[in-house]
Amino acid sequence: MQQRTPIEEQIDLPFMESLRISFQSLKIRFGRSIITTAGITLGIAFLVSVWTNNEIGLALQESGRQSTINTFEETTEKGISTKDIWLIVMSLIVCVVGIANSMLMAVTERFREIGTMKCLGALDGFVVRLFLLESGFQGFSGALIGALIGTLGAVLLGLKDYGLDLFFYFPLLPAQPEDGTMRLGVLVVILLGCCLGMILAVIGSSFPAWRAAKLPPAEAMRTEV
Amino acid sequence: MADIVVKTEDVVKEYRMGSNVLRALDGINIEIERGEYISLMGPSGSGKSTLFNMIGALDTPTEGQVYIDGQNMSQLSQRQIAAFRCHRVGYIFQSYNLLHVRSAHGNVTLPMIFAGIPEKRRNEKAEELLDMVGLGDRMYHLPDELSGGQRQRVAIARALANDPSIVLADEPTANLDTVIGREIIDLIKRLNEDQGVTIISATHDLKMLDVSDRIVDIRDGLVERIRNREDIEIEVGEVGGH
Repeated sequence: MQQRTPIEEQIDLPFMESLRISFQSLKIRFGRSIITTAGITLGIAFLVSVWTNNEIGLALQESGRQSTINTFEETTEKGISTKDIWLIVMSLIVCVVGIANSMLMAVTERFREIGTMKCLGALDGFVVRLFLLESGFQGFSGALIGALIGTLGAVLLGLKDYGLDLFFYFPLLPAQPEDGTMRLGVLVVILLGCCLGMILAVIGSSFPAWRAAKLPPAEAMRTEV
Repeated sequence: MADIVVKTEDVVKEYRMGSNVLRALDGINIEIERGEYISLMGPSGSGKSTLFNMIGALDTPTEGQVYIDGQNMSQLSQRQIAAFRCHRVGYIFQSYNLLHVRSAHGNVTLPMIFAGIPEKRRNEKAEELLDMVGLGDRMYHLPDELSGGQRQRVAIARALANDPSIVLADEPTANLDTVIGREIIDLIKRLNEDQGVTIISATHDLKMLDVSDRIVDIRDGLVERIRNREDIEIEVGEVGGH
């Protein structure tokens, strides 16, 4: 059997084309995208509210103000209490697991689509890039909304606890009080929350997408969810 | 000398399920000529879909080789395999496998996007193809808004987007009723006759018998027999006579 025209190499798609396809995909499954994004929003809102609440508590403690309500708590103790550390760690775990779960689900239900795109000539890298873009956008917007909701929640709680003094001593920026501990400030917490949400969303989506893209298309299309 | 487009050499495929090994293909040797209409027939579980996947580079054999256009598929790079799927082959599946977030038109343009065809040209081509399969008036509908037969027509138009020389159809009529199934078969047969596209179809639909040039019967992962059109015509005649 003689050899005919050799098989050429598949070309890379321009970045704009990937961007267009990923936005189209987000737009058309808007309802589903919102649910995935809400998963990210909730995780980050929880984390940021606990964290900001803690920052506010510490800042007002240092200012010499006492909570008008929680007087029996360890408010006289300097620095973060064990209970607060526990709360932050727990909220961080809930956030990581929640986001990873919602991204994993969103990708797994699209294995067949990944297999189909590969049948039509998509490169593995293209598939991964599509999911990277989609999840990056979802992660960023979800985490930003979550961080804002979380901050708002913490401020409302703070208002209840400390009254209008809260705004006077509001720990917006990082500070280093005399005892040598470091206060991150609410802005940094929001920023960290956004980064964390985005990174978790991108990892949670790209990793399974990469694994699906590596599979032979026949196997990816067989996957039942 | 016959112009062989697909050739398999002792193709074996094993699936590992825990400690069990399932041998779906047990050494398949077939040759398919350019322009032929071949039906792979056999009961479900016979291995015909597995063989279909091997020929379409959708899966890799455990042992043995698949040659397409004289090229040993196991020696191709990832990029070459992607280009092969994009340009040389068109796939039609039992469950259509349309991307449900893209319209009929969007589904047909996708392989052309992967091939790097300019937007204007690919839009024109998609319209031409959808017209050809009789969906000129439903181009911008989403797959969910189309009937089974219409979805399969979209899949056929999509399979033809990059002018492949081979069309692989895996049970294309299994989810359709007799009349619509017949229309789909006629459409595929027309591609074969008018455009000289090689058709390789896995099926157990008897309606596909009388349009095939040859039928390869697969049983338990082996080629049981290969029947030619002439033999088939006699058999169909006998069936009709009863």
